[in-house]
Amino acid sequence: MPSDVEQWKDELYGTDIRAEIERFAEEGWDAIPDDEHDAWFERFKWYGLYHQRAGQESYFMMRIGPPGGVLEPGQFREIVEIADDFSRGPAENPVFGNGWIDVTTRQAIQLHWIRLEDVPEIFDRLESVGLSTVQACGDSWRNIVGCPVAGKDKHEHVDADALATDLHDTFKRNEAHSNLPRKWKVSVTGCDEGCGQGDINDLAFEPAEKEIDGETVTGYNIRVGGGLSRNEPRFARDIDVFATPEQAVDVAGGISALFRDNGDRENRYNARIKFLMDEWGPEKFRETLQEEFVDFELHTAGEDLRESYSYNAGEADGKHDHVGVHGQPDGNYYVGLNVLVGRIGVDEAYDLADAADEYGSGEVRLTQRQNIVFTDVPEENVDNLRSEDVLEHYSPDPHPFQRGSIACTGTEFCSLSIVETKNRQVRYARWLVDNVELPDGVENFHVHLSGCTASCAQPQIADVSLRGMKTRKDGEPVEALDIGLGGGLGEDPQFAAWIAERVPADEVPGAIANLLENFEEARDSETQSFREFVAERDDEELADLIEPEETDYDDPFMHNTKRTWYPYAEEDDLDESPAPARSDGTPIPSDD
Amino acid sequence: MAIALRTLDDGAWISVDDSRRVSVSDVWTLSRGVFCECEPAYVLLEGFFGTGVEGSVVVADTVGQCLECGTRDSIDRLPVGRIVDGEFKAYSPEAVQSTLESDAGRQA
Repeated sequence: MPSDVEQWKDELYGTDIRAEIERFAEEGWDAIPDDEHDAWFERFKWYGLYHQRAGQESYFMMRIGPPGGVLEPGQFREIVEIADDFSRGPAENPVFGNGWIDVTTRQAIQLHWIRLEDVPEIFDRLESVGLSTVQACGDSWRNIVGCPVAGKDKHEHVDADALATDLHDTFKRNEAHSNLPRKWKVSVTGCDEGCGQGDINDLAFEPAEKEIDGETVTGYNIRVGGGLSRNEPRFARDIDVFATPEQAVDVAGGISALFRDNGDRENRYNARIKFLMDEWGPEKFRETLQEEFVDFELHTAGEDLRESYSYNAGEADGKHDHVGVHGQPDGNYYVGLNVLVGRIGVDEAYDLADAADEYGSGEVRLTQRQNIVFTDVPEENVDNLRSEDVLEHYSPDPHPFQRGSIACTGTEFCSLSIVETKNRQVRYARWLVDNVELPDGVENFHVHLSGCTASCAQPQIADVSLRGMKTRKDGEPVEALDIGLGGGLGEDPQFAAWIAERVPADEVPGAIANLLENFEEARDSETQSFREFVAERDDEELADLIEPEETDYDDPFMHNTKRTWYPYAEEDDLDESPAPARSDGTPIPSDD
Repeated sequence: MAIALRTLDDGAWISVDDSRRVSVSDVWTLSRGVFCECEPAYVLLEGFFGTGVEGSVVVADTVGQCLECGTRDSIDRLPVGRIVDGEFKAYSPEAVQSTLESDAGRQA
């Protein structure tokens, strides 16, 4: 039997949702019938609106997805102004204040505390600069990720931005692909560093070349079925297909249609294409694609560039991210700035928008490591840009512990998360910077903190993987983390193995400090990377190297942050929640 | 009166009559043998994959992990609340629970 979600989608989905959102916005939160909340909140996702967790009713997260993370001149500033005007909550976050933007691991931006009544104006303002929230969430083509410096990169093999934009233009608001069995995540990589992270996407375009009719053609090899969620991580599998840039959109459409028609619509937990790939295998997948979903002969796979992939690869050589000052082929520079856990306060975001305008082209690009990149900075502007005050915090040369930190949304807003994440990861990074010396030669060290098994912070592909858990300490349940080691992408991607489980959150910084000390002592040489070191050892040996312990690190979020309406509110009990609220923020009494 | 019951948001919640009433990430106290041999077992619920009504009791199919011994497994028919006069009353996760034996009245 189709799930409730499938029935709701059958009744109304896709672009028809827009008029309903506008109607509810006009009439107010109370206009949504009580017995239709679940259905409408599921549909709103298609327009990038996600109802925040219990205790925060009537407030929404809004996601804006620019393909490849490219925000053209003026777009970043408009988002900042929207955040300034509409993204303010009833309580302050102690680290980030009130009003910020979040850069996500899929090159999107998330705003919180959005009220339904404000949504039509926000949509209008986004559209006025060419942006949209369409299909940012929900069962359809999500934001298309890819090389964030496409078109500006000396490592480029094929222009990922052109294909990402084509795919965006073709499959957003496309009725034939609006209603898929589940989310559909697509990546386009064009460089030899692998920064599109195709291996963890449902559909991946990867740079390749192939001899066709005696000529060498550059294009894409295709992989299908990657993903990290639900304790079922998979790397995308090679289906032995090469697509020329001219064929790529048709091949993508064929694969999307194959998923639409064959994905499991009865069980949402089995609906992602990775499970269909488990069932079919790449050969049957290719055969079905060829026979039923494309009307030309597919090429077999070409020669790929995976050997040189370094992005998020954890190896000693190669570029691991886009932070820093890097030359573009046209003689200008792109400047990657570190954004700790992806969150930028509104005031600083204005300063960053000003700096992008003054020293570069005004373009701001978003990376899968939650950072931002200014492009087209002439050489004579680089030093002046670097001396801007705002770059002290959003630095092109951050400490490795800050540079390597990623965190998901966590219990602050998310229904699924088990633990607080962003504030905690900021505190971890600061403590590590102040207290831990990195072993010689270690310039990159990635620590990814995800609040649950949904894996939005991509924990399985970090040097140190942290995943939300609980444990009991001194007789009380407290927030805890599982610690994994050895993950990373690259030519031969590897998921982390979960080595230490249920470590109280306040003992994790001590565990990382001890682990690094033990690594320095036991490694073969200064050139051995942490990932290589981990790969040489079994789980038992590795467990002995993690020695969780309390230190002077203080964690204010050990209690059950999910049982609060907002973990940082002075009166944080769920009963104290000011939600749901009217458009002016005043609470709506429950008997209203 | 019919009660609308479903899991929501990738199994993050059990929704009762379109209201998010039971959340993952709480630690439930279960009697010995229900989940593992710990007495009692403190089990973190990580996701719901089904819900139903057995008489007046609302039950959940869920996945959890014991905080003491580390056992990770699914739990069928964990009672999470009752319907009293048409209203859902949630059970406290801290109260010691067993699972229901009956298989009558199940829905996915």
